[in-house]
Amino acid sequence: MDTRMDRTMRIVISNASPDPIYKQIADQIRDAVLRGQLEEGAPLPSIRGLAKELQVSVITTNRAYEELEKDGLITSVPGKGSFVAVHNQELLREKRLHLLEEKLTEAIEDARQMGLTKEELMNIITLLYEGEEQHG
Amino acid sequence: MDKALRVMNVSKHYPGFNLSNVSFELERGYVMGLIGPNGAGKSTLIKLIMNLVKRDGGTIEVFGLDNQEHELEIKERIGFVYDTIPYYGMLTVSEMKSLIAPFYQKWNENVFRRYLKEFGLNPGQKIDTLSRGMQTKFQLAVALSHEAEFIIMDEPTSGLDPVFRSELLDILYDIIQDEEKTILFSTHITTDLEKIADYITFINDGQLVFCMPKDEVLDRYAVVKGGLELLGSGLERRFVGMRRGHTGFAALTDDAEALMREYGQKLVVEKASLEDIMVYMVRGERSV
Repeated sequence: MDTRMDRTMRIVISNASPDPIYKQIADQIRDAVLRGQLEEGAPLPSIRGLAKELQVSVITTNRAYEELEKDGLITSVPGKGSFVAVHNQELLREKRLHLLEEKLTEAIEDARQMGLTKEELMNIITLLYEGEEQHG
Repeated sequence: MDKALRVMNVSKHYPGFNLSNVSFELERGYVMGLIGPNGAGKSTLIKLIMNLVKRDGGTIEVFGLDNQEHELEIKERIGFVYDTIPYYGMLTVSEMKSLIAPFYQKWNENVFRRYLKEFGLNPGQKIDTLSRGMQTKFQLAVALSHEAEFIIMDEPTSGLDPVFRSELLDILYDIIQDEEKTILFSTHITTDLEKIADYITFINDGQLVFCMPKDEVLDRYAVVKGGLELLGSGLERRFVGMRRGHTGFAALTDDAEALMREYGQKLVVEKASLEDIMVYMVRGERSV
């Protein structure tokens, strides 16, 4: 496998996860692309190389790459392999925002179940946000 | 699609055993695991593909060619790994090679030497004295040295320890890296080897149960567990197989999502392994 990949990408498959393996792979690569851990144009491992690496079937890694291609996050060039797509920065930002909204929605759901008010939740967010700023 | 193997309505009758109307296909460049309990017909099926026994009905094509009419041509392109080594045991690895190599037009001596080294095989060692795992490696070295495009293995891991199985898995992953080679193996125990399988063909009692992409199989079935009070209201009808005890039941189902919605916390739902699927399907409903 390309050594550049080894430093920048981490894929961990869990048999205990309810998600199918192809989804676990796609999610982790998607995350790495959206966070900017994988640069534009960076080569991804070959479908068969990744199958060997993760000890899964070729159909599984192939499906993961297909999902990512559908999302426009990677491109595959026949005979050359797959690469992180050169993306439109605005689109990328939009996708990251969308991911953030999903996570926040989850947090809001949890807060509602616990009976927290909007103000209480906002206070927690403010506290955490400012804490991060001080530490970061 | 480019098929490495097409088995169509194949039948074989023996006294007390019938392989009936088995059909499945395998695309070039992919790996298929043939699973089923002992006596299901896996070895018979592999022998039929290799034309070591004559079929009673149906057709078998390898690389698009009838496996009886084009037997020699096909066998040049197949690497067959037997469960027990079919060679003369008193010969050395090197002598055995000299006996086999002339049968193959595409024999490549350099490739053979390279694999001996890679697999840790000593050319001077007698076949008899090779461990079971080393005999499998020798057969694979032979297959790779005549540029076999299709590797067929009958029970390649039976009696082998987990360390060798893991080594074999790595070797098979290396073999499929070129996108051209196709692999079919049979096994009656589900081991780590199916990790590499793209497709699973399940046969039981001479019948095809299913031939599906492994991911679809694992996605379709789940194991559900619960208390006995849940039974008796038609729940059992949604099980493929069930094991009922005094403290509760465990069952295989292909309807897990709906069951989770209807029964919620009353049912425990877990991913099914290939072993679960094989056991529940073969044994059906049983009490312990």
